[in-house]
Amino acid sequence: MSQHTAENREPLVHLSKRPTIHPVKSALIRLAAIVLGLAVCGLVAFLLIEKIRENPGKIWDFYNAFIKGAFSTPRKFWKFLRSTAILLGIALALTPAFRMRFWNTGAEGQTLVGVLGAIAVSFYLGDKVPEGVLLMLMLLAAMLSGAVWGVIPALCKAKWNTNETLFTLMMNYVATFLVSYFLVIWVPNGSSSLPKMKYGKLPAIGGNDYLLPILVVLFLTIALYIYVNYSKHGYEINVVGESVRTAQYVGINVRKVIIRTMILSGMLCGLVGYLIAAGMDQTVTTNSVGGQGFTAIMVSWLGKFNPLFMILTSGLIQVLNQGAAQISQDFNVSGALPAVITGIILFFIIGCEFFINYELHFRGRHGRAQAKKEGVK
Amino acid sequence: MEKALALQMRGITKRFGSVVANDHVDLDVYRGEILAILGENGCGKTTLMNMISGIYFPDEGQIFVDGQEVVIRSPKDAFRHRIGMIHQHFKLVDLFTAGENIVLGVKEEGRYNLKSVNAAVTKLAEKYGFHLDPQKKIYDMSVSEKQTVEILKVLYRGADILILDEPTAVLTPQEISRLFDVLRRMKADGKSIIIITHKLNEVLEVSDRVAILRKGEHIATVNTSETNEAQLTEMMVGKKVDLEIDRTMPVNAAPRLMVKNLNLDDNEGLHVLKDISFTAYGGEILGIAGIAGSGQRELLESIAGLQPVKSGEIIFLNPKKDKPVTFFHKSMKRVKELGAQGAFHDGKMQPVSFDGMSTSAVRKWVESGDVLFKEDEIINLRDKTPLEIRGLGVRLSFVPEDRLGMGLVGSMGITDNMMLRSYRKGPAMFLDRKKPRALADEIIEELQVNTPGTNTPVRRLSGGNVQKVLVGREIAFTPKVLMAAYPVRGLDINSSYTIYNLLNKQKESGVAVIFVGEDLDVLLALCDRILVINSGAVTGVVDARTATKEEIGLLMTRTERKEDA
Repeated sequence: MSQHTAENREPLVHLSKRPTIHPVKSALIRLAAIVLGLAVCGLVAFLLIEKIRENPGKIWDFYNAFIKGAFSTPRKFWKFLRSTAILLGIALALTPAFRMRFWNTGAEGQTLVGVLGAIAVSFYLGDKVPEGVLLMLMLLAAMLSGAVWGVIPALCKAKWNTNETLFTLMMNYVATFLVSYFLVIWVPNGSSSLPKMKYGKLPAIGGNDYLLPILVVLFLTIALYIYVNYSKHGYEINVVGESVRTAQYVGINVRKVIIRTMILSGMLCGLVGYLIAAGMDQTVTTNSVGGQGFTAIMVSWLGKFNPLFMILTSGLIQVLNQGAAQISQDFNVSGALPAVITGIILFFIIGCEFFINYELHFRGRHGRAQAKKEGVK
Repeated sequence: MEKALALQMRGITKRFGSVVANDHVDLDVYRGEILAILGENGCGKTTLMNMISGIYFPDEGQIFVDGQEVVIRSPKDAFRHRIGMIHQHFKLVDLFTAGENIVLGVKEEGRYNLKSVNAAVTKLAEKYGFHLDPQKKIYDMSVSEKQTVEILKVLYRGADILILDEPTAVLTPQEISRLFDVLRRMKADGKSIIIITHKLNEVLEVSDRVAILRKGEHIATVNTSETNEAQLTEMMVGKKVDLEIDRTMPVNAAPRLMVKNLNLDDNEGLHVLKDISFTAYGGEILGIAGIAGSGQRELLESIAGLQPVKSGEIIFLNPKKDKPVTFFHKSMKRVKELGAQGAFHDGKMQPVSFDGMSTSAVRKWVESGDVLFKEDEIINLRDKTPLEIRGLGVRLSFVPEDRLGMGLVGSMGITDNMMLRSYRKGPAMFLDRKKPRALADEIIEELQVNTPGTNTPVRRLSGGNVQKVLVGREIAFTPKVLMAAYPVRGLDINSSYTIYNLLNKQKESGVAVIFVGEDLDVLLALCDRILVINSGAVTGVVDARTATKEEIGLLMTRTERKEDA
């Protein structure tokens, strides 16, 4: 029986969860992942970009473009800061829910209804109330819309234990179609393209349009850091997220915490929607949030749900995004290729978490030998 | 024995970390016999069987099937060697029919034909005397029918060695006798049957031989016809070990917690607790003994307000301070009567006498609020949430079995875990970590918790240190009732003694301690009285100072209540 020998052996590789990992070791794993990711990107670029294939020396321009995209001119830099702020803002909004292990995948929709709410107020009341009052009303409308969008899945989760991931995801589509619906009403010519609002624009600080949203998000980062770490609410969120049974054991009303946290999460998404509406776009389209609601999920995860780490992760992702755009421009390739490159790098960054959490044992080397050692002890 | 060997195990060892679950176990199983594996909880019965059925891989040792050495790495390998296990918790797809579940995962030649599968299943069922409709969906089935599907699933795959893990735990007596008939028929057909159980009467009824495991070791295998309950119990629980735990006599023991006719059903409608009644006294340690899963956890959780009970009362008795007499709940006549009996006193603790006083004078005195009486506070904890229980001022501490999954938050440090019970205090929005930190330092110092710091996640601490943190916190709230479920499970000797001493100190300060344990030596050495439960019902209450291990062991495995003295 030839199969006999093959099957009578210990498995080749088996995994075990690491109880702890030295910070230096985990940092090295992450670094190795980024280096490996960049190397694979270089290879892909070499294979797919004609200019590099013809002249391999240009590969350095390729890597340089990542830096150039975000930092080569003051305008690019400010743009980088602002888009980082928006992404970070949405990621911050998701964080309380994520810390509660409530997988809110509906930030896109919650932010979009925030934009819609703000623009609706500006559309209907723009010329009827003073600018200051209008901005306040827009803020309220945006936050309320976001909160409603966030609390609906939470209510259903608390009452019928529905799956929050699917529910919040579906709410995104509802939000998109709600925007389409209003655009049909608001834009009589049928182009669905709403002109910029004349009223309800956040003031520029010192002539810089970008500064106010950035400052708001910076403030939000600190506030949220304090909220999740030092407030009673934040503490309850952590307990519920870690173990519902522990929460029940100490008498935390789990449903109440879920609903309250999702109101907060949705409300903060609405706030970012307001920043987009009043601080940047002055209009609404079905693409106003542009997928950042999904990217923010990654930002929050990679930042380990810590608002301060998330500054770094959102920055990193925006550097990649703008770098990708730069590559597309410099090498005259379609926009899809840079997206592939960003994807490769993120794949490595996220994938390396596996090796931080788990250890591989190869046959013979560790497994049985180690077990025997422990046995002797 | 003239029968052929079906399965042999030689030197099987399995460790989980530093815990040895099975220590060089040798075991033989013959064709056409029913072998019972008997042992207390945690003695390694299921682990051993999991290694034969391919769930775990042994660290050391060899397995032989029909005399040939085999390596079993997965349930698939086990089936290749004609070994099948029926697990305690069924592994069936609810939405599928019995037939679909049975054929699931079987690789057969030719096209998938459910009709022929159903026919084969029906034939197989008839052969061994089962009653089963292969087209019935699992969600429409009773527990016993589901078990039938599990057994047929294994038979359909051609298993000759069947392992049944606690097959009778969920069955009614009638269903049990039907199952035993089936097992006997399979035995007559030449199958080897291994049945894991801790019910002695069933062992004696159905098995041919009994293998006894204790603390991971194979103690002996005996022929059922040559043994009896007493001998089996002794082998199962072992000789009494003296633990030298300082035990004082209870002083001024007064009823503190009364549980009356408590009934509880689980989600599937099974009766988890049946008419449980007992009283826990302040100043004593009441032990609760029983095979794990007999309802201990549910009992404690019901008392703590974590399980909605079906019926019964959970009464907390708190002798209260003076209360003024009012006519609101006592008529004039009653007040005079009680006064004559000496039930009342005044503010200086002098007895009140209404002798020779006019009715109006009595009324005036009572209305002035100076006539006092002692009222016992009686609070029914039933249907109250943990928060409501605390709100009523009932100081009930609970050390749950699942330390990191329920009692503590594994990812948080000691300080943050100290806050779990108290963080709500005060109107401030933010947490006050000052007191919890002081408490954490105190517990680390007093209980000698070995930790790098107060912010190290408690998950990283060793089992003993985790338990010290949990017990320390629960004691810090000066409870009136302290419930502890398996507080020394997995702890080394020193940590165990720290916990025993803590519980004893609580008892001496008048706390009613309820201790759920598994080690009978510990129960006998630590407790004052021991309540024995089996399958959710009380089977006896014994005096821990005079009872023997065998006595408790018998009560743990007995199904009817034995009237105790």
